Amino acid sequence: MEVLQNKGVALTQDQARWMYRKMLEIREFEDKVHELFAQGILPGFVHLYAGEEAVAVGVCAHLNDKDTITSTHRGHGHCIAKGCDLDGMMAEIYGKATGLCKGKGGSMHIADLNKGMLGANGIVGGGFPLACGSALTAKYKKTDNVSVCFFGDGANNHGTFHEGINLAAIWNLPVIFVAENNGYAEATPFEYASSCKTIADRAIGYNIPGVRVDGKNVLAVYKAAEEAIQRARRGEGPTLIECMTYRNYGHFEGDAQTYKAEPEKKEHKQEKDAIIQFKKYLLTQRLLTENELASVEESVIEAIQRAVRFSEESPYPKEDELLTDVYVSY
Amino acid sequence: MAMEMEVKDIPQKKETTQFLTIVQAVNDGMKTLLETDDTVMILGEDIGKNGGVFRATEGLQEKFGADRVIDTPLAEAGIIGTSVGLAVNGFKPIAEIQFLGFIYPAYEQIMTHVSRIRMRTMGHFSVPMVIRAPYGAGIRSPEIHSDSTETLFTHMPGIKVVCPSTPYDAKGLLIAAMEDPDPVLMLEPMKSYRAKREEVPTGKYTVEIGKGKKVKEGTDVTLIAWGAMMTVVEKAAEQAEKKGISCEIIDLRTLYPIDREIIAESVQKTGRAVIVHEAQLTGGLGNDIVSIINDTSFLYLRAPIERVTGFDVPVPFFALEEDFLPTPARVVEGIEKVVHF
Repeated sequence: MEVLQNKGVALTQDQARWMYRKMLEIREFEDKVHELFAQGILPGFVHLYAGEEAVAVGVCAHLNDKDTITSTHRGHGHCIAKGCDLDGMMAEIYGKATGLCKGKGGSMHIADLNKGMLGANGIVGGGFPLACGSALTAKYKKTDNVSVCFFGDGANNHGTFHEGINLAAIWNLPVIFVAENNGYAEATPFEYASSCKTIADRAIGYNIPGVRVDGKNVLAVYKAAEEAIQRARRGEGPTLIECMTYRNYGHFEGDAQTYKAEPEKKEHKQEKDAIIQFKKYLLTQRLLTENELASVEESVIEAIQRAVRFSEESPYPKEDELLTDVYVSY
Repeated sequence: MAMEMEVKDIPQKKETTQFLTIVQAVNDGMKTLLETDDTVMILGEDIGKNGGVFRATEGLQEKFGADRVIDTPLAEAGIIGTSVGLAVNGFKPIAEIQFLGFIYPAYEQIMTHVSRIRMRTMGHFSVPMVIRAPYGAGIRSPEIHSDSTETLFTHMPGIKVVCPSTPYDAKGLLIAAMEDPDPVLMLEPMKSYRAKREEVPTGKYTVEIGKGKKVKEGTDVTLIAWGAMMTVVEKAAEQAEKKGISCEIIDLRTLYPIDREIIAESVQKTGRAVIVHEAQLTGGLGNDIVSIINDTSFLYLRAPIERVTGFDVPVPFFALEEDFLPTPARVVEGIEKVVHF
C-alpha cells in the first residue's frame, strides 16, 4: 500500500487526532448499528455510512457550529463529523425518548440545530434547496458562515440538484455541494444512471468550480474542502466537490448487494480503506504514535459502548408524545 | 416492439392456480400483462436488474428484456412524465414508485399531466398507465416511508385509485387497471405484502374497478376498510362477535370511484357504520364515505357514523407507531359506541 500524499496539507497533532477519532467513531458506530440490526434489536430501515468516513470528516474538519450542513438518508457519518452527541444519536436510532429527536425521527431524520446539523433526509435530493436557504441567511446577515450540502450520486439525477445548484450560482451563495459518489444509487451503477462522466463535470453548466477527489483519502477531501470553504467564506460563491467513495454495507441493512463484485468489496475493506490509509499516514509522518492511536481507538470503543448502554437504559417516548411537536403550538 | 400487434388473450387450457402472497400476485400480474400485451412496459428504480426493493418485479427484466422492463435513475418526476409520454403514444406503462412517500417529487407530473391530459385534449388522448406504489405503516419504517396519502389522489379528477388487500384482488385489480383506458394508481399495502397467501388463478382475469367486496355478512354494524386495515377490521369483528355483535365487513378495494351501492345496501341493512383507515382523520377518505352514507342512507341510520383512523400527525417512528395506527381494540371501541348509542 502506498502512503497517502499530503498534497500541501499540514495537519497539527490536534487536528490529526480529531480526524482520526471522528473517522473511527463513525466506523465503530456504524459497525455497531449493523450488528444490532442483524440481531433484530434495531428496527426499521437503516442506511450505513461505513466506508465513506473520509468525506464527512475531511469536510467537517473546516466547519464550526454556526456553519450548517444538510444530510441524506445515509446521514450518521455527517452527524458524527458535525459533532452530534453519540448517545443522543444512538438513542434516536433506538427510538428512545432521550434521542436527539425524542425518538420520533429515527435514523433517517436525525437533526441537531445547535450543531448546525439541519437534518438527515428520507427523500433523495432533499438537501439542495435547504442548503441554499441556509447560505442565503448567512449572505443576508453578512456572517462568514457556509452551508454544506452532502448528497449521493443518486441525487445528482434528481430535479432538486439542478434547482439548488443553479440558485446557489446565480445568487453567489456560500454553499459547498459535496457529492458522495459511492458508485451505486441504491443498486443502480452510477455509469448507468448518469449521463455525465463525472458529477464534477456538471459544475460547468452552472459556471461554478467543480472538482473530483479521491473520497477515500481524507487529506484530498480536506484540501478540496478547505479551498471551497475559504472561497465561500470570502463571498466567492459555491463549489461542487465530487468525492469518489464506497459504502462497506448495502444500500440499506438487509440489502443482499448482488450488484457488487466480491474483489471490489474486499479491496475497499483493505488497501483502499480510508481509516487504514490515514492511520498509516499518521504513523509515517510521525504525527501520532502507535500508543496515541491505540488510546484513541480504546476511547472510541468505550464511547460507542456507552452510547448503546445509554440507549438501552433509556425509556421509549410516552404515548402522549404522539400528538406533540406537530406545530409550534403543540 | 410491434406497436400494431393486437392485444392477445392467451387462453388457459384449464383453470390452474398458484398459492401466492400479495407481492407475488403483483409480480404474476405484471408477468401476465407483459406476456399478453406487447405494449406493456415497466419503469422504476431498481426494478430491472435488481428485481425491485420488495421483489415485486423479480425475474421480469430477465424474461422480457431491458427494453420493456426499464431501470430508471432516482427521478420520480422523470419516471411518471416518461410514462405519460409513452402512454399517449400507444404504450401501456406501469410505473413503480418505490414507496408512496417517494411520489411527492412526481406529484406535479401526476397532477398536471397524468390526470388532466384527457380533458385538456378534449378527449383526443387518454393516458392508459398504471402507477404502483407500496404504502402504509406498521413495518417500523420512518415517516415518509409509511405514508398513506390516498386522498391526495382521490381528490384529483382524472385518475382512479385502487387498493387491494388480498393476493387475488392484487392481481385482478392490476390487470383491470392496465386494461382501463384511464390512469390508475394502485396502492399496495406493504404490511400485507407477505402476510398471507391464497390461491390465485394463473393467466388473465380482472377484478372490476369501482366495485367493493362484502367480506363477511352481518346484521348489527357495517365495517368499511381497505388495504392493510382489513386485517385489523377482521380481528375486531371476531372480538365483537364474542360480545354478541354481528359485523358486516366491506373491503372497498377501489378508493376512486367508490362503490356507493355496496355501502348503501349494507348500511341500510345494519343501520350503523364504522369506517377504518390508517390515514390521518382530517381530509381522510372516511369523510367522503360519511357523505355517501348521508346522501344514500341517512334515514336508515340508528347511530352516528364512527371513524377509527390515524391521528393528525405524521406517522411516528416505531415506538409510537402502534399508538398511531388503528388497532382491533380501537375498532371494537368504535363498534361498541355505535351499537350502544
